[in-house]
Amino acid sequence: MISQLTRDERSSAMILCALLTLFGLALGIVGRDDVLGWHGALLAFAGLALLFVVMRGYYDPNPDPDRITKYYDDPTKVGVIVSMMWLVFATFVGDWVAWLLVYPELTFDAGWSSFGRLRPVHTTGVIFGFGGNALIATSFHVLQRTSRARLAGNLSPWVVLIGFNLFCLMAVTGYMLGITASKEYAEPEWYADIFLVVVWVTYFALYIRTLARRQEPHIYVANWYFLAFILVVAILHIVNNLAVPVSLAHAKSYSLFSGVQDAMTQWWYGHNAVAFFLTSGFLGMLYYYLPRRAGRPIFSYRMSIISFWGITFLYMWAGSHHLHYTALPHWVQTLGMTFSIVLVVPSWASAGNALLTLNGAWEKVRDDATLRFMFVAAVFYGLSTFEGSFMAIRPVNSLSHYTDWTVGHVHAGALGWVAMITFGAFYTLVPMLWNRERMYSSRLIEAHFWLALSGTVIYVFAMWNSGIVQGLMWRAYAEDGTLAYSFIDSLNEMIPYYFARAVGGFLFFLGGVIGLYNIWMTTRMPALEDPPVYDLPPVFETEPAE
Amino acid sequence: MEFDHNFFVGFAKSYGLFYMMAFFFGAVVYAYWPANQEKFDQAAKSILDEDEGAQK
Repeated sequence: MISQLTRDERSSAMILCALLTLFGLALGIVGRDDVLGWHGALLAFAGLALLFVVMRGYYDPNPDPDRITKYYDDPTKVGVIVSMMWLVFATFVGDWVAWLLVYPELTFDAGWSSFGRLRPVHTTGVIFGFGGNALIATSFHVLQRTSRARLAGNLSPWVVLIGFNLFCLMAVTGYMLGITASKEYAEPEWYADIFLVVVWVTYFALYIRTLARRQEPHIYVANWYFLAFILVVAILHIVNNLAVPVSLAHAKSYSLFSGVQDAMTQWWYGHNAVAFFLTSGFLGMLYYYLPRRAGRPIFSYRMSIISFWGITFLYMWAGSHHLHYTALPHWVQTLGMTFSIVLVVPSWASAGNALLTLNGAWEKVRDDATLRFMFVAAVFYGLSTFEGSFMAIRPVNSLSHYTDWTVGHVHAGALGWVAMITFGAFYTLVPMLWNRERMYSSRLIEAHFWLALSGTVIYVFAMWNSGIVQGLMWRAYAEDGTLAYSFIDSLNEMIPYYFARAVGGFLFFLGGVIGLYNIWMTTRMPALEDPPVYDLPPVFETEPAE
Repeated sequence: MEFDHNFFVGFAKSYGLFYMMAFFFGAVVYAYWPANQEKFDQAAKSILDEDEGAQK
């Protein structure tokens, strides 16, 4: 890691570590009477630990000058492993939360382990920890290969990767300490939000600068999706988190928005997080790794362009479908509903494009669990985008909203689409990155595939059942016009479904553990003696400025 | 001119339609412009070029 940096870059790294330590110390000292102090200590400790790592390698010999003619894959390697570690941790917490709904005593009487605190640990851990690291890692890889250029910087990829993970750590430890901004999927408080802005702008600059040195005239479509993900997430994050802290010494802040404006801003953010974090970036993954693994070009490149602009422009307006039957003006609700329905067109264009790419290579899908992961991901992408459009219709929403149907829908997307495409991408990527002939064990990939698929199916079916039962019970009237069931009646009906969901979640978690083990063991295998030529880009015509 | 709620609703309901349709047609024309065909075919195949001998 350090040996790949020049002496100057090592000095810059030390300055950055020192700044991080000072920032952490400052935060810890002014916030010593508040939970904020813990996060100051966390950052200061992380800064010192990193400083130690850099200092230990400071006097190592300078790296090979030829390295600038090679791709820079170390950050991708670390990102892949860290992503899988977040997956194991966050699906474990998710399954714990699922069991809490069956056995509420599983909090063991601690404050930090209550449902309200553990649930955001799960959601942040999977979306940002697992998904975010997977996106950063694969985007670095795809960007370099499709541009045939090395990353525009040796230090900034580490700033992005380490900074992003520090943000995730502040987020999940903060929830357990009781810190929350009370915005779903945007729970971290103001100081962590500002920290992420710095990291994210670095990410954006790195991406643009690398694209600027590309040796391909046309920018491959996967990069459009990754770039939309980076740019729009920056906009969403900044606008939704505009807030005023009660003081610089306190973690608590108050949103700049209030009432229905606050709700609309939050769900404009929330639904576009689904669009640009959980869809756009992962479509970028799909458009690179699926054709490569199948050995066939994408079925229609034109369709991928049209669906890119369709997804990018339509999703922006769909957020208000989260606020049907609220104080939000009726026409805004209708607007969100309409755009959500139209969205099925570009979504199905993407899913269809993926499936038509596989058409003619079904024997590969049958034999190769890695490609099958990506096939199943495309199917679930088609299913959950259709389901989402359907649930956005106002009268359907009156049945589905606030029920477990929503939870089932989210998991059809997150487990079936986001996680499956990531596993497929990782199993394609890992042997290439580490110069191995293949993954450590193809049988373990098979085992992972079936555990992930059966876990997802059990989970989604359980939540469909419980969601519709809930929805119907809540709206059932007795003959005298009163509600037929109390809330606790509906809750008691949920127990078997919650049990099944927790079992499905456990299977999925188990698959993740196997995946991490398999990837780790692949990195321990002997490397290929002569690395394949595809991993060496042509020599730069001009020396890239470093 | 007053920049009130009604102004923005009117703007969104009229110009909003036109600019989005214009953008849609722009994207379709770009995607189907005959001269771009070769570039797109090349891009779609480019990611496979490096694949030789990488994996079965």
